[in-house]
Amino acid sequence: MREWADYREDEDEQGAVTVALTGPLLVSSIGELDRALRKVDGPVARVDLSEVTEIDTVGAWVAWRLARDHDATIVGASDKAARLIAAVHRSSGQGAVTPPEYPMFERVTATVGRYVLGLFDGVQRFLGFLGAMLVAVWHLVRNPAEFRWKAFVRQLELVGVNALGIIGLMSFLVGIVIAQQGAIQLEQFGAEIYTINLTGRLSFRELGVLMTAIMVAGRSGSAFAAQIGTMKLTEEVDAMRTIGVSPVEALIIPRVLACTLMMVLLGFYAALLSILGGAFISTMTLEIPFWTFLTRIQEVVPLHDLWVGMIKAPVFGAIVALAGCYQGMQVEGNSEEVGLRTTIAVVQAIFVVIVLDAFFAVFFSEVGWG
Amino acid sequence: MSTHQPDQVEHYPGDYPIVVEGVRNQFGEHVIHDNLSLKVRRGEILGVVGGSGTGKSVLMRSIIGLQVPSEGAITVLGQSITDARGDADIDIRSRWGVLFQGGALFSTLTVAENVEVPLLEFYPEISDRLRHEIALYKVMLSGLPAEAAAKFPSELSGGMRKRAGLARALALDPELLFLDEPTAGLDPIGAAAFDRLTRELTDTLGLTVFLITHDLDTLHEICDRVAVIADRQVIAVGTIPELLSLDHPWIQEYFNGPRGRAAEAAQARTKAMDKPQGGKA
Repeated sequence: MREWADYREDEDEQGAVTVALTGPLLVSSIGELDRALRKVDGPVARVDLSEVTEIDTVGAWVAWRLARDHDATIVGASDKAARLIAAVHRSSGQGAVTPPEYPMFERVTATVGRYVLGLFDGVQRFLGFLGAMLVAVWHLVRNPAEFRWKAFVRQLELVGVNALGIIGLMSFLVGIVIAQQGAIQLEQFGAEIYTINLTGRLSFRELGVLMTAIMVAGRSGSAFAAQIGTMKLTEEVDAMRTIGVSPVEALIIPRVLACTLMMVLLGFYAALLSILGGAFISTMTLEIPFWTFLTRIQEVVPLHDLWVGMIKAPVFGAIVALAGCYQGMQVEGNSEEVGLRTTIAVVQAIFVVIVLDAFFAVFFSEVGWG
Repeated sequence: MSTHQPDQVEHYPGDYPIVVEGVRNQFGEHVIHDNLSLKVRRGEILGVVGGSGTGKSVLMRSIIGLQVPSEGAITVLGQSITDARGDADIDIRSRWGVLFQGGALFSTLTVAENVEVPLLEFYPEISDRLRHEIALYKVMLSGLPAEAAAKFPSELSGGMRKRAGLARALALDPELLFLDEPTAGLDPIGAAAFDRLTRELTDTLGLTVFLITHDLDTLHEICDRVAVIADRQVIAVGTIPELLSLDHPWIQEYFNGPRGRAAEAAQARTKAMDKPQGGKA
């Protein structure tokens, strides 16, 4: 059991009160005593430390504060106690431990103001980022030998090849869900065979690309933001600039290009896997043979459905990569920022992808690719 | 949390708060320490030196239980670290303070809140007001201005961050203080001030200090003894003159190189200035 520090009030003939502190005055035993001593209303003439068994700076501080608050003198202090009190007594014990907090009204207006300014600032920075990209692209067009093939191929592997497993599995399962759920609805008017149209067209036009974009945003967009952000924090990006390597050329262009290219391939791959999933579940539950399902796909899916998907894919890929790289480059200060920027990168990428997808849907219907 | 709450804390009465015996540390095939032994005396500042990569920090991490050695025994304040199974077993954590190389301050908390973390963790019964007061005087003890208490680590300079780290290391009035290269990256004036602070605090608070350093000035100015790590062992422990009397090439080169001699000369000058001048009368 812990032995707690305690205190006793003695009154002498003249009515002067001596507060005698007893027991160990240590950080581990002083919590309760401190509360009690704050309630002592005094006047206290003396603080007696002669019955203190052990003391550390916390004990010295509490004893000294008691003496200071009541204008009392400290008596019976051991050498150690006197030394510790001498060390801590220069502190007033008052002061802020957190940055000052402003009143509600000021806080709200300040937050709104910062947000609005941040919005303008963000637009400006993003335009600056796109400008730097254009400059770098133009530079690479004129000096194609400087293109970083190694980094590009590495990113192709990270973004594309390494994602094959998870994107394949995801698309396969999505295909199963569409075919199965679609079949339940179509069955009601005896049109189960249209499950094939539903799965095939939806996979190529919408889901293959959209789901892949979301997955790539979560896998690669976040990785871009975190990698580049950490490189900013460790001053690697500054080091590159100093050596004369453009960070945009070395870090951003390979990532954006790799992501754009790989989105097309991954989107197509996802569409195929999703159709396979549909065919699989149809074989199992709808009694549509596997090969019949696939040959019907050829007949019912118009070629322009493939184009719709393949036109959207590179745009989505570029958006995901740009969001990741841009947010990564915005990291400044501490490690918390990396996490924050990574989250923003993923959320923004997915949001913009879905908004654009809606526009594309209307656009392609209008041009007759419905 | 209750597992962390220590019973009555008593000062360690023995002479050697840190005893390292026959420790072997290895990462894969790479052996860092082999049969390394070291005893730290109570109340001393022990400087630990060694070339880069000789495992000074690894030794410190082993002593504070962050790295489990593959062989050997480590006893800190009378309690075995190497026999501890899991973190909960080491209940002397409230009795040591550690200053990591970069300060390792929690970046989302202000300096004062950083100091309050160990207090809140170990002694939740301490009232908020006392905790704030403790944080403020620890910040003052570490030589930081009072305004620094409400600042975030990212707003501080490197030297101030080290001091803030020291304030957190001292939060629980530890008996043992581990300092990992406290003066690295500080300007000479800041480094000298930090050395003085370490010495003052050691004498005032009665600390035992395990100090890893490359700074020859620190070794000359404040260390009572110096332990030299080389060839995977502590090859010598003693005062600098004692070490110099040994005929080890690394030690000779370390202390007698141009930097070593400069630091020694600086030390001699300070001593001469401290001496009373009126001897002849």
